[in-house]
Amino acid sequence: MQVGLSHYLFLSGILFALGLYGVITRRNAILVLMGIELILNAANINFIAFARYGGMQIDGQMMAVFVIILAAAEAAIALAIVLNIYKQFKTVNVDEINKLKE
Amino acid sequence: MTPELLVKLSLLVLFLPLFSFIVLVFFGKRLSRQGDWFGTSILFITLAFSSIILYSKLTSFPEPINFNFLWVDFGNVPLLGTLKITLGLVLDNLSAIMLVVVGIVSALVHLFSIGYMHGDVRYSRYFAYLGVFTFSMFMIVLTNNFFTMYVGWELVGLSSYLLIGHWYEKKSASNAAMKAFIVNRVGDIGMFAGILILFYTFKTFGFNEIFSAIGSGKIPMESEGWLTASGILIFCGAIGKSAQFPLHVWLPDAMEGPTPVSALIHAATMVAAGVYLVARTYPIMTADTLMVIAYIGAITAFISATIAIAQNDIKKVLAYSTISQLGYMVMGLGVGAYTAGFFHLTTHAMFKAGLFLGSGSVIHAMHNALHHQKDHHTDPQDIRNMGGLGKKMKITFITFLIYTLAISGVPFTSGFLSKDEILAGTLAYGGLTGHYLIPIVGFFVAGLTAFYMFRLVILTFLGAPVDSQRLEHVHESPKTMTIPLIIFAVFSFFIFFSFNPFGASSGWFFHAIERPEAVVPIAVQAANNVTFEEALHHSHTPAMILSLIVAGIGILLAYATYKWKKINADAVAEKLNPLYKFLLNKWYFDELYDKMVIGATLSFTKILRWFDNNIIDGIVNGSAGWTKAIVFGYTDHRKNTRYSSLIFILFGTLLSILVAFFTGQWFWVQGAIGTAIIMALLSGALSFFFFWSGAGGFDKHVVDGLVNGIAYVSGFFGLIFRKFQTGRVQTYIVFVLFGVMVLFYIFR
Amino acid sequence: MNLVDIIFYFFALITLVSAAITVYSRNIIYSAFSLLFTFFGVAGIYVLLNADFIAVAQILIYVGGILMLLVFGVMLTHKVINVEIKTGILNVVPGSIITAIIGGTLCGVFVVTDWFIVEGVPPIKSTTTEIGTMFMTKYLLPFEIASVVLLVALIGAAYIARRDKSKNQSA
Repeated sequence: MQVGLSHYLFLSGILFALGLYGVITRRNAILVLMGIELILNAANINFIAFARYGGMQIDGQMMAVFVIILAAAEAAIALAIVLNIYKQFKTVNVDEINKLKE
Repeated sequence: MTPELLVKLSLLVLFLPLFSFIVLVFFGKRLSRQGDWFGTSILFITLAFSSIILYSKLTSFPEPINFNFLWVDFGNVPLLGTLKITLGLVLDNLSAIMLVVVGIVSALVHLFSIGYMHGDVRYSRYFAYLGVFTFSMFMIVLTNNFFTMYVGWELVGLSSYLLIGHWYEKKSASNAAMKAFIVNRVGDIGMFAGILILFYTFKTFGFNEIFSAIGSGKIPMESEGWLTASGILIFCGAIGKSAQFPLHVWLPDAMEGPTPVSALIHAATMVAAGVYLVARTYPIMTADTLMVIAYIGAITAFISATIAIAQNDIKKVLAYSTISQLGYMVMGLGVGAYTAGFFHLTTHAMFKAGLFLGSGSVIHAMHNALHHQKDHHTDPQDIRNMGGLGKKMKITFITFLIYTLAISGVPFTSGFLSKDEILAGTLAYGGLTGHYLIPIVGFFVAGLTAFYMFRLVILTFLGAPVDSQRLEHVHESPKTMTIPLIIFAVFSFFIFFSFNPFGASSGWFFHAIERPEAVVPIAVQAANNVTFEEALHHSHTPAMILSLIVAGIGILLAYATYKWKKINADAVAEKLNPLYKFLLNKWYFDELYDKMVIGATLSFTKILRWFDNNIIDGIVNGSAGWTKAIVFGYTDHRKNTRYSSLIFILFGTLLSILVAFFTGQWFWVQGAIGTAIIMALLSGALSFFFFWSGAGGFDKHVVDGLVNGIAYVSGFFGLIFRKFQTGRVQTYIVFVLFGVMVLFYIFR
Repeated sequence: MNLVDIIFYFFALITLVSAAITVYSRNIIYSAFSLLFTFFGVAGIYVLLNADFIAVAQILIYVGGILMLLVFGVMLTHKVINVEIKTGILNVVPGSIITAIIGGTLCGVFVVTDWFIVEGVPPIKSTTTEIGTMFMTKYLLPFEIASVVLLVALIGAAYIARRDKSKNQSA
């Protein structure tokens, strides 16, 4: 079978599901972040696959670039927050962090 | 020099003071010496520029230079047609001369203030305000339209307010600032109305456009009366700013501000703005308008000169003398001596600024001396506490004497030239129109001026000191204060304005400034230039001789009374006690306004208050009671109020009958008569019930029941949903995703 | 099966296997390192899709930046004694169910939908120039905003992470 658009879409779909599973099931906040990165990568694969097969070569790729930019910003902020949480609660397990204030 | 370069230079002159204001108001405190050098040097730069402008304007460009730009284009406005507002500036001889006058006075006052305001609490703020004042004054001078003229007008009023109230901790100063602001506003409303009339008619603010439209026969409302009215209304602005009768009351109080401010704003420049306004709008003035202007000027000159005689505060005397001289200028413009009026503005700006700065120097010295003696009760501004200061303060005394000679109209001074021209103009006007009262007042006031000014000089600088010990501590003021005095004194000589000490008309000034031709219809024009020049020519020599005589008499009387003590001033005051009291209390103008304006306003507000308390509140309370009656039912309500229960019963019955009638009508149309009757009775009964037992019953049982039911149900579900609230983010994500999937499969 | 297809399956396999390890591994360090391979795999997929610039950007930013950040985060939030850093899991049953449902739904949608596909292979050329041009023309405003967002994120992250601990306790 010739590799086409649907192959890429399946790949991104599975990647998305894996990322989602990570986000839902891991207790560690950093692993949750890793799951989010997987989800973003899945979305990016979709963008570029559609750009390649849907005939909108550059515009799709531009979106992917912006997604990467935002992922970088998001990772930085999220890790800063995690560090701060660790300072406050002495843990990064999301199920133990259920107070708004110490 | 090209016209474009001149325009650019004048824009620079206009905005440099604003720049100084911005810098000083934001960074003033951080600059060394609080930025006084900055404001002062900026002002000297603008003075240099404006001198260049004046020189090249006079030598190379006889025609006015106009610079216009489209400010805003409203497009097609309903009811008005196309509306564009063009703003711009004009450089003619009038504005160029005025630029230099404002520039000189402002720059020297800045210099003087460095010494006078030394150590003030809001030193940099003071210089910032001086900057914004100069900016707005330049705006008035350079504008070629009523729009920016009005903007500048208000800005000048604002900066005057700020500077009068500079020492706002002093109650009298803040009151004086408010008084000046409010009184000015009265005049400004007139000016605003005048501008509106002109704009309504001509759809433009530009002076030139309006003049040419009037010249081509278009006048407001097709009536010359409206033209006169608009002229007088615009003159109202001048009445306010130039402190003319009946709005002159603010200027003497404005002396609460720092003395250099009095010199700058309340003697030389801002108050001259009114005169400048009249000069600018001269072509639209009809004969009637000019007559009003002339009389207002004459009355102002007379009243304030008489008041000045009886005052003892050195600045108050100068203030009233300023009002009197402004009256002169206005009178000069009114009678048609256009050039002379504006000429007097220029010369007066120099020597009156000098007089104020001189008085500032005196007050400064007195203040220091009193401070040295630890005397905090004696008023440093009262001339009765001075005397003999001439020996200790040589420069101040000599310069002050020169200014006094100039203002009294003694030959070889600039004041003599300009005053003489105005008096000749009034004589010519009397001859042409028969209004001889104006020249009579003019000459009488000239005598009075000489008298009270020499009274001031003699009491302050000559004669025996009141307290010789205090005199020991009086010292001459520092250089920054004496240099402006000397410069102003130099400018008070005739040579700068005309080489002929007995006739200004041969000097450059009279060539530069020519009376513009009136554009109003011939029927309402004042005597035209040729006729007036003819009459002026004849009245010149008698006017000069007469003015010399009255000035001489005034000076002699002053010497006789206060120096040689031939006439006992106190005895005269005793003998003419009512008159003296009358003058001392400034013709009771303040009291009159207090009674008339403020009293009337107060009683009017009392009426309004009664109306508010009884009528408005009655309606409001009545409707509130009625609403309460509806809500809680008649039976509850009956206990509480007296009247509205009656109204309520009537209204309720009426309403139920109406409802019954209309519902019955509707069913009637439907053809079911029986139903109609039943419905009518039912609706009548229902509405009556509502009014009788009140909507409160409905509220209590039905609405509250619903609300309580909802609360109970949500409480019940809340108990169930609490099970899902784990406080874990991930659980929520799972729920959300479940929801999304469910929705997806429902709607796909 | 031509060469391109083989390469695709190769990269897809790397991506999915390493992603699965990332998600399922109990050892957080293993997770971080297998995430590295996921990113590489995705970059390979990008290359196959004619997106060379994005592929390089992916490696530079994800591997060089984000993954480093994550590893630092791991180091800073655990007392590192050895590489065996175990973490717990939760919501396994509902998580598995919802993931299965969503993944199934997505794949179903991909199959069912009649995608608009432009036939033919676009010319293979470097996209860097084109992306640069787009940044300065059509996407200038988003580009500028993105730069501001990055700056804000930088400052904000530094501020949040470096907030003084002792000050917080005293407050």
